[in-house]
Amino acid sequence: MVIELRTRLTKLFPLIILLAILFLFPLFAPSYQIFLLSYALLLALTALGYNLLFGKAGLLSFGHAAYFGLGAYVPGFLTTYTSIRSLEIWLILSIAVSAIIGALIGYVCVKYTRIHFALLTLAFSMMFYSLLFKFYDITRGDDGLYVAIADILGTSFKMSKDAYIAGPLYYATVVIFLILVGVGWIIYNSPFGKTLEAIGNNSARVEFLGVPVKRYKWYAFIISSIYGGIAGCLFGILSGHVSPTALHWVFSGEIVFMCVLGGTRLFIGPIVGALLFTYIKTYTITFTIYWQLLFGSILVILVLLFPKGVLGGALTLLRRSRGEKVGLRT
Amino acid sequence: MAYVLECIGIKKYFGDVHAVDDITLRLKTGIISTILGPNGAGKTTLINLITGWLTPDAGKIIFDGTDITHLTPHDRVKRGICRSFQLVNLFDEMTVLDNICIAILTRKKLTKSLLRPLKHYKDVETEAYDLLKKLGLEKYASELAINLPQGSRKLLDVGLALALHPKLLLLDEPTSGVATSDKTQVMDTISSLVRDAKVTALMVEHDVELAFSYSTELIIMSQGKIIAQGPPEIVRKVEEVIRLGYG
Repeated sequence: MVIELRTRLTKLFPLIILLAILFLFPLFAPSYQIFLLSYALLLALTALGYNLLFGKAGLLSFGHAAYFGLGAYVPGFLTTYTSIRSLEIWLILSIAVSAIIGALIGYVCVKYTRIHFALLTLAFSMMFYSLLFKFYDITRGDDGLYVAIADILGTSFKMSKDAYIAGPLYYATVVIFLILVGVGWIIYNSPFGKTLEAIGNNSARVEFLGVPVKRYKWYAFIISSIYGGIAGCLFGILSGHVSPTALHWVFSGEIVFMCVLGGTRLFIGPIVGALLFTYIKTYTITFTIYWQLLFGSILVILVLLFPKGVLGGALTLLRRSRGEKVGLRT
Repeated sequence: MAYVLECIGIKKYFGDVHAVDDITLRLKTGIISTILGPNGAGKTTLINLITGWLTPDAGKIIFDGTDITHLTPHDRVKRGICRSFQLVNLFDEMTVLDNICIAILTRKKLTKSLLRPLKHYKDVETEAYDLLKKLGLEKYASELAINLPQGSRKLLDVGLALALHPKLLLLDEPTSGVATSDKTQVMDTISSLVRDAKVTALMVEHDVELAFSYSTELIIMSQGKIIAQGPPEIVRKVEEVIRLGYG
């Protein structure tokens, strides 16, 4: 019994260290680093939700920025047009908007596969981008909308934006991140998650087992949209401003890249990918004006060295070193 | 005599090719029937019509007393028509155990449950292990399906269909691609599982000897038509069957 408990604790030890770092981070990190980590965690959530569609069900969407962006516009609109300042209400409305729009677009898109699916999702997301860009009177177009500091659990915060980001908003972000990672882990390993994995593997066979494949892809589409919407809402508050670039296809491409970089076949792949992506991008920008060249080269090398993603590659090497057989997609 | 499946006057043309040409077929409950015929006789098209992968140009398909002609493949599976494939059709990058689990989850209507990890469904895992034991595949449980030898992959493919507890099991060339020395063993395992589960099975087979020794009824097809149907000892005496080289 004691030994069992000890092995469990040993297994959980890295997780406990990670949690401790996450919660204690604001105590020792400068405010910019706290901002950066919050941003990376939100991208990680977006990528994690997206990977349910991409890594599990095998659907390559090129329009996932739409749900992130629409989620971010919810606090933007509510700040501009209402006096509602509650984080909880903003989140609920972001969830509702991303779920409804995701359900409508997803319903059309899941009827198609491969390149047709990718292009349709891309077209829909750029449609929303254009709407937000063009309807200047309502959306302020390219200027975007200001997002106020939100009350959290009924408490208003009379403090500087930096202190708000480093304190209440950071902890709200971490808690929501942990909850959604937990829920995501359960979904990934649930019968539903396994069925999606089977669909990604061989959708025709799943149909022959009696599962309405398109409907399951639709469910995955909606769940991944909700993840994007929640992350987008918090991003809006974090940056204090939201503009149509949050819905641009370039950002959709970046979400795909984060998943590929970390490894699409592993649960934490997208999380690792998003963190790597954020930090590499941020530091190459500060390093040189040719940051895009340097950034691109680093990513190309990483992908060439680790076609299954950084984590997938590491796992394959580990398994090979133990003499185990390795599949095509780890 | 009770029929589990009745195909009445079904046709499927691909341009000028009459793949299935006005076929009427009735399958008795609880026996293994085998369709034999040369390449291009329309055997696989017939299976695809019964499973719903193709829709007939004319005719009706009645299963268990209900017209299923226009039902989707997954609706037919729900009613009890399941199949295995000529080219093995598995979830290659999932473990052998997970392959069977997916089928069991589908049958138990659990595939929608998303707030509880699969490992908490102990009954699903136990049932999957039991089936793997019957298939002789339990030693591969945690291997990826892609790493299995061909004969075992064929058995797993049949296992996926059996895990759904079908009323009618369609087996499309269950021994194709299997080494000659292993064919009998694969067929022994399949036929004993099918008989134990009291399933009606319709098999497509190229190997004449296997077809004659494992079937209760033979259906001989040529050029989209059925030219003979009956017990092996009677069918093998039909003149046209002898001419095709199956006598």
